[in-house]
Amino acid sequence: MMSRKELDLWVGLFVAIGIAALLFLALKVAGQSSFSASHTYQIEAKFDNIGGLKVRAPVKSSGVVVGRVNSVRFDNETFKAVVNMTLDGRFQFPRDSSAKILTSGLLGEQYVGLDAGGDSANLKNGDTLKITQSAVVLENLISQFLYSKAAEPSPGAPDSKAPDSKK
Amino acid sequence: MQRITELLQGLGSRVTGWIWRLGFAARFFWLTLRHSGTAFRRFYLTIREIYFAGVLSLVIILVSGLFVGMVLGLQGYDTLVRYGSSEALGVLVALSLTKELGPVVAGLLFASRAGSAITAEIGLMKATEQLAAMEMMAVDPIARVVAPRFWAGVVSMPLLAALFSAMGIFGGYLVGVRFIGVDEGSFWSQMQAAVDFQEDILSGIFKSVVFGIAITWIAVFEGYDAPPTAEGVSRATTRTVVTSSLAVLALDFVMTALMFRGI
Repeated sequence: MMSRKELDLWVGLFVAIGIAALLFLALKVAGQSSFSASHTYQIEAKFDNIGGLKVRAPVKSSGVVVGRVNSVRFDNETFKAVVNMTLDGRFQFPRDSSAKILTSGLLGEQYVGLDAGGDSANLKNGDTLKITQSAVVLENLISQFLYSKAAEPSPGAPDSKAPDSKK
Repeated sequence: MQRITELLQGLGSRVTGWIWRLGFAARFFWLTLRHSGTAFRRFYLTIREIYFAGVLSLVIILVSGLFVGMVLGLQGYDTLVRYGSSEALGVLVALSLTKELGPVVAGLLFASRAGSAITAEIGLMKATEQLAAMEMMAVDPIARVVAPRFWAGVVSMPLLAALFSAMGIFGGYLVGVRFIGVDEGSFWSQMQAAVDFQEDILSGIFKSVVFGIAITWIAVFEGYDAPPTAEGVSRATTRTVVTSSLAVLALDFVMTALMFRGI
């Protein structure tokens, strides 16, 4: 049988490396920063179309994550989607900043992009962004492209040389 | 007619027996919690059990974590490289380990490594009438024997699961970055961008705490309830491993379904 001190040592070691593993998971794997701890403020933005924006999607400005999407709801009076965002209190934006919904990569997930404006006053808790730009819906884009193609007078129509020259 | 009655009787007695046992297990759980004072006042008892349940399980947990992570790295790379996104390997390895594989596989290993040992030990103590002797000396066997083992399991399980996940991610890193040559920076940065502390890591830890409670509860109950014969103890040990493994898998599904918010 082991002595009590030896037992304590082993168990202490076990608990220490267990906690070290937890810290490794929190800091190195999740990349936990002080974001959730520091104070935050909430703003809203109305969009005609949010595409596939999800709750907890990042809010980025110049590509840096400055906040997260808190909730998405439908406003039945203006028939627009209202996106509520929580921004990190360390980052202040002018009141006339604009929001648009962007996609990371070709098939990546969607996020909110914030572009800073020029106003001297900053956004406060509960403010609503005035200028927004909706998500790009691929179907609309394709149909626009097709319509504009069909409207063109098709310059190469009488070009019947290619099949002839083959003979 | 006679046959049908017999069949129904057999079914009925099975179900009643099962419910009786479940009720006894629930009362036993409550008793364990109520008599846990000694396990904390004389903390040495619990530390001893943490040594047996946690420290001695370290080797199997660390080695299997490493291998599971390395296999995930190889298989994940094989699939991801087809879509030209081999840098997402870190995300794949980290998410699957912290959310599911870490708690579940560590729980299964813990059930077979520590759970069976707890059942066998308590069952043998009962068979050799050590528990009865304790009661004769006015020592409560639940406070002295059961509660320290229970709390040791509850403390050890989350630590073991975290070690399993960490070791697995290290294994994935070894294979992905060192062996195959995925870019190290994007391996970690994509992982950090995709893994959320609250939603992924804390939910994994929560799962492992629940598994720890379930496994050790089943283990101490089976040991305490085992018929005091050699055959009874061996059967109880088998039942512990089977029941707690199934409980881990079932509880995992229930908890994942409750936490699932991808709508």
